[in-house]
Amino acid sequence: MSREAYQVPTVAPTPGRDAFQAGDGPAINYLCGDCNSKVPLKKGDPIRCKECGHRVLYKERTKRMVQFEAR
Amino acid sequence: MAAHPLRLKNPSPAEQEARKIVGVNAETVTNVSSTDFPHHYPGEDHAWDKNKFQESFQVQFHHNKPFDASFSLIGIDASVANAFRRILLAEIPTLAIEYVFVNNNTSVIQDEVLAARLGLVPLKGGKEGLLSFLKWFKKPEEDAPAEEQFSKAYDYNTIALSLKIECTRNENAAPGEKDPHKLYHNAYVYAKDIQFKPFGRQLKYFSDDDAIMPTNPDILIAKLRPGQCIDVDMHAIKGVGSDHAKYSPVATASYRLLPTITITKPILGKDAEKFARCFPRGVIGLETVTKEEAAQIGSGYEGHEGEKKAVVRDPMKDTVSREVLRHEEFNGKVKLGRVRDHFIFSVESLGQWDSDEMFLEAVKVLKVKCEGLKKNLADMTR
Repeated sequence: MSREAYQVPTVAPTPGRDAFQAGDGPAINYLCGDCNSKVPLKKGDPIRCKECGHRVLYKERTKRMVQFEAR
Repeated sequence: MAAHPLRLKNPSPAEQEARKIVGVNAETVTNVSSTDFPHHYPGEDHAWDKNKFQESFQVQFHHNKPFDASFSLIGIDASVANAFRRILLAEIPTLAIEYVFVNNNTSVIQDEVLAARLGLVPLKGGKEGLLSFLKWFKKPEEDAPAEEQFSKAYDYNTIALSLKIECTRNENAAPGEKDPHKLYHNAYVYAKDIQFKPFGRQLKYFSDDDAIMPTNPDILIAKLRPGQCIDVDMHAIKGVGSDHAKYSPVATASYRLLPTITITKPILGKDAEKFARCFPRGVIGLETVTKEEAAQIGSGYEGHEGEKKAVVRDPMKDTVSREVLRHEEFNGKVKLGRVRDHFIFSVESLGQWDSDEMFLEAVKVLKVKCEGLKKNLADMTR
């Protein structure tokens, strides 16, 4: 019995991550894992540092205060 | 038969002393429990009596430094001595960092780990402020909205601290320098980098020498490299050790029983030297057998005048290693033991209290507990 071939889903994206369509939203800054320079990325941009070509990028830390109990 | 008037027997002083000794043998420990309670010895009165206790109870200080006190409580039951020890560890209030607000932390140490480390840093400060001015901070309800969490944090229940530090390269470092201390600025974050932020009436109680600061300035909190920074605010509040070990006011608080060493048969000459070597230095001394002793028939010293004999100098220094019991030649010549009601306390404070006053505070805490119990008992019988 042959398996059914993969079919490209045609239904509307479900709410959640799939529904996230920011378009060409604002550039988000990432940090290069190699040279630590800021890399602004837009949706669809290749994940690559513009300075050194490194392919590992990190999110920046939140600017918000984070509260912890010292335990 | 007519009832006899109750006649109380009194054990001899030697018997009373012997009852106090816990026997320490090569492989066993004997006579462990105390027996000074009513009806254990028929016809003897062992009811607890305040006057009797007052007469027999003794306190001896061995040394008394702010951070290390040692003293003996003699003539007290183990249950009470242990209660004091446990109160010292867990029920005397101290100040410690409880809330950490991380504004930024790009160091390799994670926020929660950093917070836990900061919490464990012992703090010190002005005694008057810590003991009488500073009150308990009532913890906010779990489900309280974020903006109300610290609405009750006032100058009399919260100490604000902050740690703001950034690592940078040292431009003046010698080429080829490897030591991070010289190569960078602030490569190591120490407890001394924690800043006290007094507010309200706190300046009155915590200024100059009385300022809140870490007891040990050189505790390493984190390591940084250029570009990394830590920026945290902290709230320190009062708490007790039973809640979290960081609130424990002592490094250690412990007791041991006074060791006894009884030489039952003379130990002479080379044996005496070996005997002394079985104990820590200072426990056993060597003396020469005198003419009178040698002349005494049945003393075991006959014909040994001028030889060395072993005598017990200071059993307090003994560790009760039982080494002496491993050697054949001392078989039956020595008895080891401990005095059951002689507690040698050792209290090491972490800086917020002086060690001796902390013990008095423990006594106070136990007293308050007893008064509470008494009141509840009275309520129960009503």
